[in-house]
Amino acid sequence: MTNVNAIYINGLGNLSPQKTTDSSRFLDEVNRVQSNRLACIEPNYRDFISPDILRRMGRLIKMGIASSRICLEDAGCKMPDAIITGTGLGCMEDTEKFLTTMVRNKEELLTPTSFIQSTHNTVSAQIALLLKCHNYNFTYVHRGWSFESALLDAMIQLRNGRASTVLAGGMDELTNGSFEITRRLGHWRTKPADTFDLLKTTARGSIAGEGSAFFLLSSAPGDNTYAVLSGLHTFNRKASPFALPRILNEFLERSGTSPGEIDLAVCGFNGDTSSAGPYKELTGSLNSAGIAAWKHLSGEYMTSSAFALWMSSMIIKNQRVPEAAVIRAPGSGAIKTILIYNHYLDLNHSFILIRKP
Amino acid sequence: MPSRIFVTGLGFISGLGNNVQENLNSLLNLRSNIGPIRHIDTNLKHELAVSEVSMTSDELMRDAGLPDDSAYSRNALLGIIAAKEAFSHAKLDKHPGLNIGLISGTTVGGMDECEKYYQDFLTNDSKNRFIETYDCADSTEKIADHLGLKGFMTTISTACSSAANSIGFAARMMKAGKLDCAVAGGTESLTRFHLNGFNALKILDKFPCRPFDATRNGINLGEGAAYLVLETEETNQKTGNPVLCELVGYGNACEAFHQTASSPDGAGAYLAMKKALDMSGETPDAIDYINAHGTGTDNNDLSEGRAIEKLFTGKIPHVSSTKPFTGHMTSAAGSAEAIISILGMQQGIIWPNMNFSNPMPELKFQPAGEIIRGVDIKLVMSNSFGFGGNDSTLIFKKHGVH
Repeated sequence: MTNVNAIYINGLGNLSPQKTTDSSRFLDEVNRVQSNRLACIEPNYRDFISPDILRRMGRLIKMGIASSRICLEDAGCKMPDAIITGTGLGCMEDTEKFLTTMVRNKEELLTPTSFIQSTHNTVSAQIALLLKCHNYNFTYVHRGWSFESALLDAMIQLRNGRASTVLAGGMDELTNGSFEITRRLGHWRTKPADTFDLLKTTARGSIAGEGSAFFLLSSAPGDNTYAVLSGLHTFNRKASPFALPRILNEFLERSGTSPGEIDLAVCGFNGDTSSAGPYKELTGSLNSAGIAAWKHLSGEYMTSSAFALWMSSMIIKNQRVPEAAVIRAPGSGAIKTILIYNHYLDLNHSFILIRKP
Repeated sequence: MPSRIFVTGLGFISGLGNNVQENLNSLLNLRSNIGPIRHIDTNLKHELAVSEVSMTSDELMRDAGLPDDSAYSRNALLGIIAAKEAFSHAKLDKHPGLNIGLISGTTVGGMDECEKYYQDFLTNDSKNRFIETYDCADSTEKIADHLGLKGFMTTISTACSSAANSIGFAARMMKAGKLDCAVAGGTESLTRFHLNGFNALKILDKFPCRPFDATRNGINLGEGAAYLVLETEETNQKTGNPVLCELVGYGNACEAFHQTASSPDGAGAYLAMKKALDMSGETPDAIDYINAHGTGTDNNDLSEGRAIEKLFTGKIPHVSSTKPFTGHMTSAAGSAEAIISILGMQQGIIWPNMNFSNPMPELKFQPAGEIIRGVDIKLVMSNSFGFGGNDSTLIFKKHGVH
């Protein structure tokens, strides 16, 4: 059934600490580690980028290009009408490289390459450059709302008819420097955590992660449609009163659904007991829904909700929740509606709603 | 769905002044403050000409009544001043119940503090309070706190077109019915990081910049912040705010030519201007003034000039780059130059392209060399182009003109 206002997810490309680049497999085998940081399983970038430009290219750019290429191919789309990215911290490797060289060399003898690649829009610009895509191109950089802003813009572009296909993605890279700095702030577990135990143990801190996930969104269904993106809402912890049930009900009503229709709540549990409260409150009010989680698989980072949207789209398409992601199994019926709930440091909260097409 | 977007508030801080009126006075008196670096401790101190906001960060902190031990990047401080001015101008605090969004552009974010304390972040915990001022969203969150905004907000980073894109996205959000009004613009403070980055690219001039001049030799970086209040027509009926002008077009394109350079034929600039013009429903000959991106680099001015010649096949409107006044305010340039264009429209003035004397042999047109007064300006176009080929154009129309 097609709907004039519906937005279809017609392609996926996800580079993550798990084996997620092949859409014929769905977390069958989990990369189980004992650590407080997760790194992406990277492909051979030569499969995506010619060697002459690959040599100088920053890591996040490579991750973004590979995952966007996988996504476009998955959707059978050669030229999107818009490219929209979200990244919390952008190209950290190049930023740190230019910054440390500048400090160490006392501002002498600097080469511009890492400065050029340090700007946050480099990923979307390089994707456009390699595709020769002159269309709408945007980059959002707002912490836990970076990917959500990109999705929101994509939804507006599709609904107002300015685009019929949008390549939208969220990406962040973890560097030694950014890990060390956030470790000192107490963001991460002090002892290595086991992938399968992270969400079961109670302790302060999560595990750091990274990833790049792209989606081909379209106003028409395709041969390979995964899901329908039917709602998105960002909301602020600082709003008073912060009444989660009311915010949820209003969001679901605007999206044309109700709490009873949610088959699965995919929540951003990250192993940090101090951040679990809102997820528990939400799942407590959705008694009939199953619960799944993703951050023990991807690690915590500002755009990890892109991993969650990838996982949820795959759940709808495959009609199963991977064992590694289950917190509470859903009922035996079809999984028709999934609510993704995430927050970053309990400030930037978001809901994403997807449905079976 | 709302269809018209009105501008009802302005806020502006730059090297020219700390508010809209001071900026206007400097413009009217043809006063630029481009000169040696005063506030930043850099080896480039005597190598480059820049435009700095007159106050130091400590002075900005004191001026805002902030305690010494609080952590504010210069980027956030500049943003707070300009956004507050725009917010007060439109008296948005007098209209409870409005769904107000905040959309801000920035690229170097809190790098001014981070570049001082990066080693401390890695090795000791004495400066940890500055860590969370590093990312681009920090200034936006702090502006929201100071304005008491708790609804939709986001941050855009498309290099030197960030603020123009913030204004475009705010308009789309409003037209989609997701906001009643928005505070939109950008903020950027000078940092050693991007002074050295642009310097390594060899595109900075040690003398005052000369956009569209045959002898141009690069950019003078500037800093500051500028925000506009945008209201839908329906919201404007509620606020009763005087309409300063209407945002009738915004275009965004990606040149996809090179990460930092513009194509010689200006394909991206042409596309951005064309998209904005098509949205406005106006013909090229209706445009009275173009506030050009005009950075003063060899590459930009040739590329942009050729794009202007390609789009404006008949009469070319008045063109000037106002970067010789403000310096290149990078992520804040789009909203700063939007405000300069709007002030020119209000005053009936075409701002001069200062420091121009030698026409470029490649171009058929010349920028406005002198200030031109008494011009009936109905439509202005403002260009902002960034690294990554992220090119954007805004078009503003005088209110009540058909």
